[in-house]
Amino acid sequence: MSVRAAEVPGAAALERVEGAVARALGRTARRNRLAVLAAVTLVAVAALAVGAPWLPLLDPDAVDTVKRLRPPLTDGHALGTDEFGRDLLARLLWGARVSLVAGFVTAAAAMVIGVAVGLVGGFYSGWVEHLVMRLTDIMMAFPYIVLAIAIVAGIGPGLRNAMIAIAIVGFPLYARLVRGVVLSLREREFVEAARALGARDGVILRRHVLPHLVSPLLVAFSLDVGAKILATAGLSFLGLGTQPPTADWGSMLATGRQFVILSPHVVLLPGLAIFVVVLALNIVGDALRDLLDPRQRLR
Amino acid sequence: MRRYLARRLLLLVPVLAGVSIIIFMVLHLSPGDPVDIMLGSQATAEDRARLRTQLGLDQPLPVQYVRWVGHVVRGDLGRSLWMKRAVLDEVLGRFKATLLLTGTALLLSTVAGLALGVASATRPHSLLDRTSAVASLVGASMPSFWLGIVLMVVFALWLGWLPASGMYAPYGGGGLRDLLAHLVLPAVTLAAASVTIVARLTRAAMLEVLGQDYIRTARAKGVIESAVVLRHGLKNALIPIVTVIGVQAGYLLGGAVLTETVFAWPGVGTLMVQGILARDFPLVQGCVLVVALSFVLINLAVDLLYASLDPRIRYE
Repeated sequence: MSVRAAEVPGAAALERVEGAVARALGRTARRNRLAVLAAVTLVAVAALAVGAPWLPLLDPDAVDTVKRLRPPLTDGHALGTDEFGRDLLARLLWGARVSLVAGFVTAAAAMVIGVAVGLVGGFYSGWVEHLVMRLTDIMMAFPYIVLAIAIVAGIGPGLRNAMIAIAIVGFPLYARLVRGVVLSLREREFVEAARALGARDGVILRRHVLPHLVSPLLVAFSLDVGAKILATAGLSFLGLGTQPPTADWGSMLATGRQFVILSPHVVLLPGLAIFVVVLALNIVGDALRDLLDPRQRLR
Repeated sequence: MRRYLARRLLLLVPVLAGVSIIIFMVLHLSPGDPVDIMLGSQATAEDRARLRTQLGLDQPLPVQYVRWVGHVVRGDLGRSLWMKRAVLDEVLGRFKATLLLTGTALLLSTVAGLALGVASATRPHSLLDRTSAVASLVGASMPSFWLGIVLMVVFALWLGWLPASGMYAPYGGGGLRDLLAHLVLPAVTLAAASVTIVARLTRAAMLEVLGQDYIRTARAKGVIESAVVLRHGLKNALIPIVTVIGVQAGYLLGGAVLTETVFAWPGVGTLMVQGILARDFPLVQGCVLVVALSFVLINLAVDLLYASLDPRIRYE
């Protein structure tokens, strides 16, 4: 429908395209109230995380050994305190910054590497293709978390290194996806036509191939951010990610474990935070897939 | 079938070579010097040089790699810097525990996933189907280590039904009953996400197959419903299901690292994490190698299973 509208020149056409997009979004929203709720949740969490320095929060690293492990709603601590008497609400929101950034940045880095590798592996046949695709095969011969752990073992624990490891381990997923699409496009008429007109490879890739990748990549990315948040939290949980006193949700869980019997909130809250954010990301990702690629919709 | 098997085995060679190169590179390009870790900061320059020559660390990297592979092929994974024992013995001892945990979780997720998936497919949009759809979303979003902690708190600490951690009770433990009791919580934790994935995929594959004409034919000629669903339906839906179960086997092997840490299960995962924190590279290398090798073998097994389920695959 948007294509037909685009043929009409001028502002009316633009309006019609916008109208069509708005209608499609509206339809999805009506059909999928859950996705709207999830998107709102994500925006709210992101806003709180971004705004953490300006919010009236207590210092997340301020130790108060007198008020250790207070339950929620006591002594001016809305969500209680941890084993060093640090305010859990503040730590959760500051931790959200770390966890969200880690999820987005690692997924984005994995996507950039994966797109480059997939484009090269799909567009050029011959030894380049073989080399690139065998490399991704080999990467996929490891359970991904184990390879990430091995890389962290090599370059040393810490948040930045954990993120590097997860981004490296994550790229074959995108490379495979991109290569599949590129392979199917490579022999299509419009690519051949562009080549016959003398377009260089770079131009063909950018102008004729990349646009076809936008929607599958968007869907894969939106679902992947959640997986990457889980992965970084997992590495932090093992003591290989964020190092104290900085908190992310995974390391808060790890240190809180010892106190779980008497103070379950220390463990329940960060876990709940991870769960809610990843769940919201997955719901939004599913809705995006339904919107952008109706063929993939689950019956 | 024999030719197919030979070809698949031949294809393993470059993959294994690549895996070994990656493992070797990752742990040898690291900034930490194993000689420093072994000798401590008090050692003299001569001591360091001697140990470096002894360990072959003064050789160029390709030479070190070839020598390392030569040792690995003969089953020598080196000695742990931290435990002062042969890495292979240590890793294999721990690997049994990991295999037990992963295998149990795989069995659980396969049986429960298939049952749930078939039940959902035969009654789409029923309460069970919708519950399983929600569960799959929840399963994909929940950190397994958190689920493990929650299960441990509820069933071990509050209700006291099951032991909280370890593989055997420290006092008066041992025996199959004790082992099984310790296995329940970690296996359920590890399997939780997989169950929902297997169930959703089984449902999709079954719905596809149950819409085929030969199913209608079978029903029309009076085959009883359970035989239609299982013999005519499930058998033909198995290929994608086997794929996803194979993928899950690998996922479980990796996920075991986290689950083992939560429940102090004495497997390769806990060993690997301890090795990293102690900067014991030969130990970490051995753990990663054994896990990667079993992962490659699982994938091979899945491929062979396809070929026996669907003869067309062999001739492609």
